[in-house]
Amino acid sequence: MVVEQDAPEIVDIPINMGPQHPSTHGVFRMVLVVSGEQVLDVTPHIGYMHRGGEKLMETMDFRQGIGYADRTEYLAQFSAELAYCLAVERLMDIEVPERAQYIRVILTELNRLSSHFMFMGAFGIDSGLFGTSFTYAFREREYIQDVFEEVSGDRLMYAYFRVGGLAWEVTDNFVERVHEVLKSSAQGIQDLDDLLTRNEIFVARCQNIGAFTAQQAIANGLSGPLLRASGVPWDLRKDEPYSVYDRFKFEVPVGHYGDVYDRYLVRLEEMRQSIKIIEQALEQLPPEGPIVPEKMPRRLRTPPGEVYAKVEAPRGEWGVYLVSKGGDKPYRLKMRSPSFCNLSALREMTIGQYLADAVMILGSMDIVLCCVDR
Amino acid sequence: MLGILKSMGMTARACFRKPVTIEYPTTHREIANRDRAFPILIWDEEHDEPFCTGCHACERACPVECMTVVMRDNPKFAAGESKRRKIIDEFWIDYGRCMRCNICVEVCNFEAIGMNNTWAGHELSRYDRGDLVMDLDMLLSQSKKKMVDPGLRA
Ligand code: SF4
Ligand code: SF4
Repeated sequence: MVVEQDAPEIVDIPINMGPQHPSTHGVFRMVLVVSGEQVLDVTPHIGYMHRGGEKLMETMDFRQGIGYADRTEYLAQFSAELAYCLAVERLMDIEVPERAQYIRVILTELNRLSSHFMFMGAFGIDSGLFGTSFTYAFREREYIQDVFEEVSGDRLMYAYFRVGGLAWEVTDNFVERVHEVLKSSAQGIQDLDDLLTRNEIFVARCQNIGAFTAQQAIANGLSGPLLRASGVPWDLRKDEPYSVYDRFKFEVPVGHYGDVYDRYLVRLEEMRQSIKIIEQALEQLPPEGPIVPEKMPRRLRTPPGEVYAKVEAPRGEWGVYLVSKGGDKPYRLKMRSPSFCNLSALREMTIGQYLADAVMILGSMDIVLCCVDR
Repeated sequence: MLGILKSMGMTARACFRKPVTIEYPTTHREIANRDRAFPILIWDEEHDEPFCTGCHACERACPVECMTVVMRDNPKFAAGESKRRKIIDEFWIDYGRCMRCNICVEVCNFEAIGMNNTWAGHELSRYDRGDLVMDLDMLLSQSKKKMVDPGLRA
């Protein structure tokens, strides 16, 4: 006798992921509606890390605010500091001495390296490599942070840039130390390249998921490696140079397909370009000279006005919009964080993909939740 | 297949590199001279009193308002043993709130405050967050015992 059985009924199930899920890179929650393995809808929930940083910075003068700029973007602190300083400098019309500019560029680019190392490590974990890529990448990142510690005194919250220049002179052996760390980083990049790029499992896991065309990327307001992976060669360092970036020769790597694998490749190549930039900067670095302008007022007061300064942070365009009504504090401060703007494309990228790939797509965005929520 | 072999070869090569890890609680890595832990007050050996005059400059400049400064007349000035007219009476810093931004060190005109650059400044875990509020004695104890380099980076 044959028992007639109905085909199992397929229902859409909402799955809650986060806020304490290890693959969400912080406190981020998404509610995925799945049908079988396929994602039908995603609702991201942010705000768990919201500390009101922008509002707090409005109560701070321009030196105190730098510590808060650090804390909004804890993987690319120097970029955040630089954007904040650039905004105030533009408003006050301050000329930053050359030596300070070069040191800023060197440190910011080193910071890009360390941030991308972090991405490589964490992304390896997302793709199922467990700790291997993480330990390798973190070893290199620690070397870079040793340099930051020697220069600025802190491993994470540097608070080293100041409006007008730098807080204090770099160490005497700064140039040698940076050369050393560049050597180890180049080795580290090669290690990760060997470990991941041609690894069939990794490639199968990354290719053809979360693909975005150039139009989609632009329409969603993406920036940074995500935009470049979609084939748009837009890099603020090249297209709207700030600081002394117009004096360096480097290439802007772009991808073809805009999928997760391309985003990984773009970041890998970007790290190599960063090394090139740092080497050139070390060559051109004036051996001595002031690091703050001679006539700096003790108390920084801006004229009334508004300004928008942007830099190419490791995750994209980091912008600071500052309105001043005179005085020593900003009247309004708004930070455009690349993580937040990139995250808004998550829904479009994830719908129609498999549940397991949702983690990869989120990982490939390289978000920092502190920077999303501020 | 080849790619997997290549990545395995990479891991195998890494076995022969020098280890970089340090067994932390038993061994301490050397920390940079400029390292910033938490602010401490510096002891003036010559006059046997703190450098701090209680001028409130650091208290006003601190972004998180974690310091409390109380000033008093210096008895040694009246006795003619010191040039400091005023001296610190009470000083509290809440280490639980301090964000180690170095601003207090920058604004102090007397080089009376510096950032601790020893391991003792980092290993501060406590069972109660109230214990993280440091008073004058604790803030001075390290520089009195010459545990820190007073030249720090004031
Ligand atoms: S530490 Fe320096 S700035 Fe602070 S109260 Fe003492 S003397 Fe004044
Ligand atoms: S380091 Fe910064 S936060 Fe800490 S006490 Fe000094 S000024 Fe305040």
